[in-house]
Amino acid sequence: MTTEELLTILQGTFTDAIVGSKLSALQPWIQIAPNRTKEIGIFLRDEPSLQFNYLSCLSGVDYGNGMFGVVYHVNSTVLKHSIVLKVLIPRDNPHVQSVSAVWRTADWHEREAYDMFGIIFDEHPDLRRILLPDDWDGYPLRKDYQVQEFYHGIKVPY
Amino acid sequence: MKKVIQQSVTLPTDYTVTPGSITTSTGKTLRTEEMIINMGPQHPSTHGVLRLELVVDGEIIVDCIPHIGYLHRCFEKHCEHMTNYQQVIPYADRMDYCSAITNEWGYVLAVEKMLGIQVPERVEYIRVIMAELQRIASHLIAVGTYGIDAGAFTPFLYCFIDREKILDLFEITCGARLLYNYIWIGGVSHDLPPQFIDQAKEFCAYFRPRIKMLNELLTYNEIFVKRTANVGILPKDVALNYAVSGPQLRASGVNWDLRRDDPYSVYHKFAWEPQIGKGEVGTVGDCWNRHMVRMREMEQSLNIIEQALASLPPGDVHAAIPKRIRPEKDVEVYVRTETPRGELGFYVISDGSTSPFRVKARGPAFVNLSVLPEIVRGAMLADLVLIAGSIDIVLGEVDR
Repeated sequence: MTTEELLTILQGTFTDAIVGSKLSALQPWIQIAPNRTKEIGIFLRDEPSLQFNYLSCLSGVDYGNGMFGVVYHVNSTVLKHSIVLKVLIPRDNPHVQSVSAVWRTADWHEREAYDMFGIIFDEHPDLRRILLPDDWDGYPLRKDYQVQEFYHGIKVPY
Repeated sequence: MKKVIQQSVTLPTDYTVTPGSITTSTGKTLRTEEMIINMGPQHPSTHGVLRLELVVDGEIIVDCIPHIGYLHRCFEKHCEHMTNYQQVIPYADRMDYCSAITNEWGYVLAVEKMLGIQVPERVEYIRVIMAELQRIASHLIAVGTYGIDAGAFTPFLYCFIDREKILDLFEITCGARLLYNYIWIGGVSHDLPPQFIDQAKEFCAYFRPRIKMLNELLTYNEIFVKRTANVGILPKDVALNYAVSGPQLRASGVNWDLRRDDPYSVYHKFAWEPQIGKGEVGTVGDCWNRHMVRMREMEQSLNIIEQALASLPPGDVHAAIPKRIRPEKDVEVYVRTETPRGELGFYVISDGSTSPFRVKARGPAFVNLSVLPEIVRGAMLADLVLIAGSIDIVLGEVDR
């Protein structure tokens, strides 16, 4: 199924949660509302004609213009089609609904996005840092990140 | 913390152990207590710096919390600070250091897709040959170290003898034995040397009987079967929900291989079959089947290599690419390839400059490891080493 057809189905089901789309992109994407990700995820996973049962990748992005993004690459191992979903959130209030209840693999991906960007995933069962130490300052993949001078007395920038 | 009681164990004596209590032969019930122990980060069987925080009740694992990040080297941040797109390739090598070729290939494919570059036919063939050789080398490490996990040291040495022969092939081609920087955007760094084809054919002929020998030595060894069959069963639906990929997913009975299902390069030109767990021994989705899928995949890789060597087209090994690689603004791609460990995805965003705006690497080992707590709950502590080993993690890729 193409992204165009998927967009029509999603718009028919979730009128106001589908914020935008870019079908002319190399890999077309659909933008959804940050507080509706879970119900859209459940619909995509459980609808028999869609069966998006496999969340390949969940990435955080800092667009550098005051906006953060979360990008979901979802596909179906049964019907072999895929979809790219995007969520845009303001940097000063970065809240997204977690999809870890839909696809359990999102658990670690969301922890990584939290670790690197400080994006807060509401309803996540265990949102803590995953790659960095728990007491690390700041979120390294933000575009304006400044590394801390010392970490437990160890000089950090070298 | 969730406490899951999955199995009870009957000891040879008259004691019955269930999580929470021990009943003696006289019918007396003794209370047991949970204990938290640390496994790793410096532990030989964690295959790198992985720390597992275990909640155990006697010998039974109640919960397992993996702590990762000890080998975090800021791959994604480095990518944003390169002066050009090519400089990322050696860093991609160092993610999964057991399988460097397939890593760099994944990244290069993503950049080529952004630029719309079509590489020459010969390059595609060379890349397939190299990637499949690398798959065998990587599976040999997986199988060999898995033997060590189960207490068999000899197969490891046999595996390394054979792996050396593959590394020799890499060495005569590009000079490196572990981290190659061989696949470049629009081509490969060196053409195959004249003796390569004969030497590779010789290796294929030599290695086929060695797989049989390894199977006799390890796979069907009675002790090995007893340690691995029916241990750490990962059901199909759990595997898919956790987005597990590669041999681990196929061992659970899902027929999914990106080389066939999201085709890239020239894999469609060769006759080969994705291997799934069949449960000849044990249950589909257990440790033994994960091991067996790797053994059978090595044979399939040999098939691909032999066919590719026989039909290797002549030509140039560099496509015409722009001098400065500068994809258009706001172009973004997610490209996934099948590495020995599973789906390696690169999500690359361009801002129109000469270096990537954002690179996200979706490492298969990272995702495959996240399912570990799910399959070890209720297992015996001694089996944990085998379950973790059967996932075949490389911490360089888990932590990036």
